[in-house]
Amino acid sequence: MSQTENPPAKIRGQHSDFRYALHLLRQNPIVMAGLVISVATVLLALFSNVLVNGAYWHQQNLNLRLCWNNPDFGWPVTNMFNCGGSVYPIGTDAYGRNLLDMIVLAIPIDLQIALEVVASAVVIGVVFGSLAAYMGGLVDEIILRITDIFLAVPWILLAIVLIVVLGRSLTTLTVAVIITWWPWYVRLMRSQVIGEKEKLYVERLRMVGAGWPRILFRHIIPNSIYPILVQSTLDIGSVILTVSALTFIGLTPNPLLPELGNLSNQGIQYFFTAPWLITFPGLTILIISLGFNLLGDGIRDIFDPRLRR
Amino acid sequence: MDKQAILETTDLSKWYPVRKGRFSEKAYLRALDGVTLSIQKGETFGLVGESGCGKTTFGRTIMRLIEPSGGSMFFDGEEISKLRGRRLKPVRRKMQMVFQDPYASLDPRQSIRSTLIEPMRIHNLVSSKAEAERLAEDLIKRVGLNQDHLSRFPHEFSGGQRQRITIAAALAVKPVFMVLDEPTSSLDVSVQAQILRLLHDLQKEFGLTYLFISHNMAVIRQVCDRIAVMYLGRVVELAGTKTLFQNPKHPYTKALLASVPIPDPSRRKELAVLQGDVPSAVGIHADCRFRSRCAFATKKCEVSPPLVEVEKDHWIECHYDIDFDSQAQRDLGQRT
Amino acid sequence: MSQSHAQGGGNEDVLSIRELKLKFHTYAGEVSALDGISLSIKKGELLGLVGESGCGKSVTALAIAGLLPQNAEITNGDVILDGKNMLTLEPEEMRLARLKDIAMIFQDPMTYLNPVFTIGSQMVEITQAEPKLFVSTLVAHRLRQIDKEAKGGEQGPKLLAERENLAESLRTQRLGRRELNELTKSYSISLLRSVRLPEPEKVFEMYPFELSGGMRQRVMIAMAMMRRPKLLLADEITTALDVTVQAQILHLMKELRSEINSSVLLITHDLAIVSEVCDRVAVMYAGNIVEIADVQELFRNPLHPYTKGLLASVPRADVDKIPDSIEGSVPDLLFPPGGCRFNPRCPKAFDVCPSKKPSLIEAVPNHYVSCFLYGG
Repeated sequence: MSQTENPPAKIRGQHSDFRYALHLLRQNPIVMAGLVISVATVLLALFSNVLVNGAYWHQQNLNLRLCWNNPDFGWPVTNMFNCGGSVYPIGTDAYGRNLLDMIVLAIPIDLQIALEVVASAVVIGVVFGSLAAYMGGLVDEIILRITDIFLAVPWILLAIVLIVVLGRSLTTLTVAVIITWWPWYVRLMRSQVIGEKEKLYVERLRMVGAGWPRILFRHIIPNSIYPILVQSTLDIGSVILTVSALTFIGLTPNPLLPELGNLSNQGIQYFFTAPWLITFPGLTILIISLGFNLLGDGIRDIFDPRLRR
Repeated sequence: MDKQAILETTDLSKWYPVRKGRFSEKAYLRALDGVTLSIQKGETFGLVGESGCGKTTFGRTIMRLIEPSGGSMFFDGEEISKLRGRRLKPVRRKMQMVFQDPYASLDPRQSIRSTLIEPMRIHNLVSSKAEAERLAEDLIKRVGLNQDHLSRFPHEFSGGQRQRITIAAALAVKPVFMVLDEPTSSLDVSVQAQILRLLHDLQKEFGLTYLFISHNMAVIRQVCDRIAVMYLGRVVELAGTKTLFQNPKHPYTKALLASVPIPDPSRRKELAVLQGDVPSAVGIHADCRFRSRCAFATKKCEVSPPLVEVEKDHWIECHYDIDFDSQAQRDLGQRT
Repeated sequence: MSQSHAQGGGNEDVLSIRELKLKFHTYAGEVSALDGISLSIKKGELLGLVGESGCGKSVTALAIAGLLPQNAEITNGDVILDGKNMLTLEPEEMRLARLKDIAMIFQDPMTYLNPVFTIGSQMVEITQAEPKLFVSTLVAHRLRQIDKEAKGGEQGPKLLAERENLAESLRTQRLGRRELNELTKSYSISLLRSVRLPEPEKVFEMYPFELSGGMRQRVMIAMAMMRRPKLLLADEITTALDVTVQAQILHLMKELRSEINSSVLLITHDLAIVSEVCDRVAVMYAGNIVEIADVQELFRNPLHPYTKGLLASVPRADVDKIPDSIEGSVPDLLFPPGGCRFNPRCPKAFDVCPSKKPSLIEAVPNHYVSCFLYGG
């Protein structure tokens, strides 16, 4: 019997995900761009200390504040400060620091917060979402209502209150964003698990005699987790935006901190005298968010409409 | 209590509450409406009927995948409808089920090896990894596949192969009773017989008892010793296979058999004997369930008929023995 | 040599497919779905196209109706319907062909009927698509109705006026919108009656979910009959139905054959159905047609080893033993076997089989087979 069975296609299985991914990348330059940007961002974050001295942001040099001396590029600004000495490719900030160096230092900080937030949200979402879906009944109701309450409150108010109460620090900033982010993940995981638990293989496992922990943790969760992972990739960019928004309105632990939102804050104050100060940090936020968004889209296309094939 | 019976149900029922209209009058969909039968050790018992008759519900209910609403079920002498948790687990080991859809029955992320070993672990049947591996190899070979298939994943296999894998997984816990729910309906015709033969051989080798559920009369005829015909949640006829096919007595069975096309053009026949559609399973039937479509229905049929043994080991739920009953002939003459 | 016979081309052929090759471009590679198939259907004939999963029978129907998905590519061959080559038609011509010449009924009517529109509105939609095509039919039907109503008695002034209007419409081949809808409604209801639906006026106003599977399938048949197509494609139309309902539908098809006067391509995996209703049968395997014959001849004298194996493996309700099976399983068309695609499973395969593909030849009068055992 085995001789006449045709050999299983070598390209099916885990391999096929990879081939499909390559196929998509070839077809879609935009997703490729997203991948490149995301990878570049991560590399930059990892090597930022090599490129710039980690303690650089502490020093202030008020003689050099808000100046621009890049000869190749100009701004339509009257009364622009010009500074001597070495060329600052994108000018200096309100404290006289090289803006380029500041951005390089800011990226790992923002990225780290984003990863912490996303990772925490995923864990909370997976645990509570799957419990709610699998247990059903009262447990489900309670978790859903709590989720609803958090979703009903405008996130920015929630974050402000939390930071004001807990004090300003990177940790409270991270916690504040986690608090506003987790409800979506619980909902997402819950809907996945609700669908998955109705499947035939789950019924077969029950029939075999498997207990609910085994079914839930070894079977249902691994099969449901893809959309969560996709969403988390997409969200990295959005979290950076959120953190920047919070620091922009002043909830930062230290105004000197190299953080994209902080820099943008300075930029707004000095918009008319030093427009580069809002432009470049803003562009950075834009590009990083876009990069992760596009990457997330690409990943979703790989895993979602396999059915569309 | 029949000593030789491995499974016995008495008046087994499953009713689903249904909301009718805005003012929530409670009505029930009676998927199973009092099924009484017993399956003997070592036999292949067939359960046949069309969609909505309750055969799948019956299979799932006796496996405790669905909770019964009423009646009792005895498995190997023990009442199992109320067992839970740790008391239920050893029972689960002894009865296993093979499902219709081989594509959905397996966890797509689980290797075949893991699929076969997991049941053994759940019931603590192996004490070492090596022992489990050895047993898995035995199983996979027994169902006609080979060792290197153990490391592969479900999507690398065809439907027929996947069904073999689910059968192997069921055998892993050494059950005594297996419910086969349309095991070949999703497979290509040329492969169906392979699976049926495998099941037949396994039954002989391991002394299994089968409950074979199907809508396909031809397949049922080939594999079963005794057959129960279901309609709208009840058994309407119960007989040995030969008897059922050569001498069906319930009007529904007759119509069902007459509707099955035969792959032999020299025997073309008038097929459509039964008109209309299956009536709704919601609501009480004080009358005979089959009355609305029965060619022989009379005034007597306004009352639900009892289950009668018309000849030895041949039961029907009908007021008449149409072929022989002189009373029936008379009543038919005065049909309203 | 005798290939031209198998391909048809005679005047009475409604459909003639010649050496059709089709492949699908998927991310995993190219799937060779049709490997040069040829078949023909005469006027008024009911041809059964039988085969297992993946053999290409549904794809053939889609190719005829021009409903192939985007990643399909036809690399060779013709599909000639009543003289027109369907593969070279402009999209607009194709649309009209689907409206008037071809009708297709699928397996699951629930997905092919729009759940948010009534049955009636979906039937009226058909004539609204291209009223010109239906004027004659609708008018003729209404005139027949009027005649029946006025039978025996005199035709009152109202009816006479209507007759004049209808005659005028017939002459100009145009119908007003309201008139079109009314005529279509009465025509639809009579069609629903002819497919034995109880209370057709009520069914006209119902939504698909209110009907059972068998009733929905009858509606699909009625919608197909409305167009009086030259060719009716029925793709596994009873697979999803209970056997008693299936029997009703098959009985209906047999009854309607004389009324419709269409040719029918009945696609199924069930040889028993084929045996009950078809005139001729074509057997497909892995993208090839392996045998074509009249239905009695095929069952009495199957030539191709696959046909023999298939017939031997069909479960029969009149026989006790478990049927035989064919070793192995249907090949993956990403990597089809070389030569004759059945050769890995064939009990009679010999040396030439894996290297050359056999052609369809007339081994016995009017009985074609594609196998080296018979030459070719």
